[in-house]
Amino acid sequence: MVAHLLRLKLDLLRNSLKRSTMAVVGLVIGGLYGLGMLVLVLVGLVLLGSADLEIASTVIVLAGSAVILGWLVIPVLAAGVDMTLDPARFTTFAIPMRTLLTGLALSGLIGIPGAITALAALGTVGTWWRHPLAAVAAVVCAALAVMTCIVASRAMTAASSNLAASRRFKDVSGLVLLIPLMLLGPIIAGTSDVLRNFAEVLPALARTLSWTPLGAAWSVPADLAGGHYGAAGLKFLIAVGTLAGLLWLWKIFLARALVTPAHSGGARKTAGNIGFFRWFPATPTGAVAARSLTYWFRDPRYAAGLVISPLLPLVFVLVGVQSGSMFMLLFAGAIATYLMCWFISTDISYDNTAFALHVATGVSGAADRMGRALACAVIAVPLGIVYTVVGAALNDAWAYLPGTLGLTLALVGASLGLASVFSARFTYNVPAPGESPLKSKPGNSFSSVLVQMAGVTGVAVMVLPVAVLSIVGVLAQQAHLSWIALAVALVLGTLFLVLGIRWGGRIYDKRAPELLLAVSKDS
Amino acid sequence: MSDSTHPHTPPVGAPALAIRGLVKRFGDKTAVNGINLDVPAGSFFGLVGPNGAGKTTSLSMATGLLRPDAGDAWVHGTSVWGQPLEAKKLMGILPDGVRLFDRLTGEQLVTYAGLLRGMDADTVHERTKDLLAALDLAKDAGTLVVDYSAGMTKKIALASALIHAPKVLVLDEPFESVDPVSAANIRDILTDYVGSGGTVIVSSHVMDLVQRMCDHVAVIAGGNVLAAGTVDEVRGSESLEDRFVQLVGGRNTSTGLAWLRTS
Repeated sequence: MVAHLLRLKLDLLRNSLKRSTMAVVGLVIGGLYGLGMLVLVLVGLVLLGSADLEIASTVIVLAGSAVILGWLVIPVLAAGVDMTLDPARFTTFAIPMRTLLTGLALSGLIGIPGAITALAALGTVGTWWRHPLAAVAAVVCAALAVMTCIVASRAMTAASSNLAASRRFKDVSGLVLLIPLMLLGPIIAGTSDVLRNFAEVLPALARTLSWTPLGAAWSVPADLAGGHYGAAGLKFLIAVGTLAGLLWLWKIFLARALVTPAHSGGARKTAGNIGFFRWFPATPTGAVAARSLTYWFRDPRYAAGLVISPLLPLVFVLVGVQSGSMFMLLFAGAIATYLMCWFISTDISYDNTAFALHVATGVSGAADRMGRALACAVIAVPLGIVYTVVGAALNDAWAYLPGTLGLTLALVGASLGLASVFSARFTYNVPAPGESPLKSKPGNSFSSVLVQMAGVTGVAVMVLPVAVLSIVGVLAQQAHLSWIALAVALVLGTLFLVLGIRWGGRIYDKRAPELLLAVSKDS
Repeated sequence: MSDSTHPHTPPVGAPALAIRGLVKRFGDKTAVNGINLDVPAGSFFGLVGPNGAGKTTSLSMATGLLRPDAGDAWVHGTSVWGQPLEAKKLMGILPDGVRLFDRLTGEQLVTYAGLLRGMDADTVHERTKDLLAALDLAKDAGTLVVDYSAGMTKKIALASALIHAPKVLVLDEPFESVDPVSAANIRDILTDYVGSGGTVIVSSHVMDLVQRMCDHVAVIAGGNVLAAGTVDEVRGSESLEDRFVQLVGGRNTSTGLAWLRTS
């Protein structure tokens, strides 16, 4: 039976590869990357053996603790992303608990993260090859630590499986995961500075961790090598106790998850609150705008755009600040606005077959295009203005504010206008409603990449006059150029928006059934 | 699109829905093979057929959701593909297998459907309240549709199709996963609607339901209409189910799963 569960995991992996060559390419790239990292880690671990015992112990305990912590936290945050061998799916089969536990635990080793963790943990044996006793202990402790990782993550998944089944939790967790991903670069740059300053704190931190469930298993070989047999024995007991405790918790959580069917959360609410529909005029355009605006806040796929668009320019700015230049800050508003406005070029793809309602009601192309653009502008314009004003204030560059503001507004007009045309003409393979915004969809053909590139280029060309005036104004310190840029921007932006919505509306009116067919195929 | 591009012209007397020569091919496969159908005004019309018979494809083309390769449909004499806006005003559509804007609450979704049709805010508000009450959804009106059960989702989609008081209702599998009590309520609403002069077209593969509910029926299989007319005309002296199996074929006459017998 255990073998069956392992086979199932392997079959699932193989079948997911069969579905597309892109998945194979992904696995190969992921595997090569992992393998490269693994080789580096293994070489590092062996070299560490010739370093000072204190350093070796500190590094291994800290890194090991981080690995266990990662296994503990990631499954919860990524709940919406991967639920292969979700315990809830085994409810209808009469599998003995002990068998299920063993099978699920071992299946955790299959796949890139499990295999790499196991191999890297065994690599610590290489660190202690000068101390035979420690090396032997390292084999046992590595196995112990790896099992702790897997059981911890399984226990966490089982504990949260009730939680993870609720839509609200899935919605939020995907977003929460996005933010650290976005800021990874600056965070690494920032913390490495901090770490350099606090190098002396680390050994103390490692000593403390080594007495906790996170670090105990990793520090046993080091203590043996250093001759602290008593401490080693105690820590070994802590490690074994941790694994036993986690196993016990997992068993309880799993037993509960197996008898509690997945439910969808959300309390019943009666009528009376139609939200944004109250704010907009009761016309087809107003209705589309209210619906789109609701989606910007309530659909995680849009909310992800809402989170990324303001954050991404901040990443540029942080990098700029670290290199001592604030110039980028002036244009952060323009970048954020562009990202958000261009997002609606995939609007109909995100609607998926719900778009049928628009086709069935015969809403006009102009109303559809206008409503979607309006909802986006309601968020993007204030965001862009705030960013641009703050950027000018921080640089004390008030004289150039008209120019940077102009570029932001021109981008609103140009990207909303062109996106209105593109979304009536092209559909893409995007995460379906309810899927994680992080879920990557293979099968986007080369041509859709070309279409996106054409769109980006198009917007760039459209705002070129304003961008040139605005940037030259700043660089040449000619404030009057900024005012000209603003004037040109207002004219061009309005023109692009009106023309885009008209043209897009006309394409929409002709192709609405074809669009519906296209999104039905993509899903 | 002018009428001259159509090989067929709208029939005289203008039935509620007239389908002439509708064809749809997907690649090599012909899903709908040039069907003709007349749905008399004021009838309760059942469209039955096995899975993959072309019911959904035909209804999608007849309601303006899927462009046919050839042919057209007329709603009370208005061409669906020639004057789509006018035709769509006359129809309420419940498509099968499409998503809804499910991040809206039930109340918001019905309101949205009404406003998209260009109705004024007060009428939309009034009718939304009535529809939610009639379909027993008032208590969940503020819940997101994504959190609805399958049956509730069908009902809210039906409410969205009814809000503009259409003359013709086209419902694709309206009773799938709807509980018996709600199904009875929906049947009452539809019967009232037909009694007041409306026309209902439902597709289903539950023969019993169609025999009890509908006065007219058409049997579709393999993209062709095999029989059409009043229920009594089509079934003759047999039950509709027997007649259907006879028309469509495919019954298994082998002895079946002997090992499944428990005694």
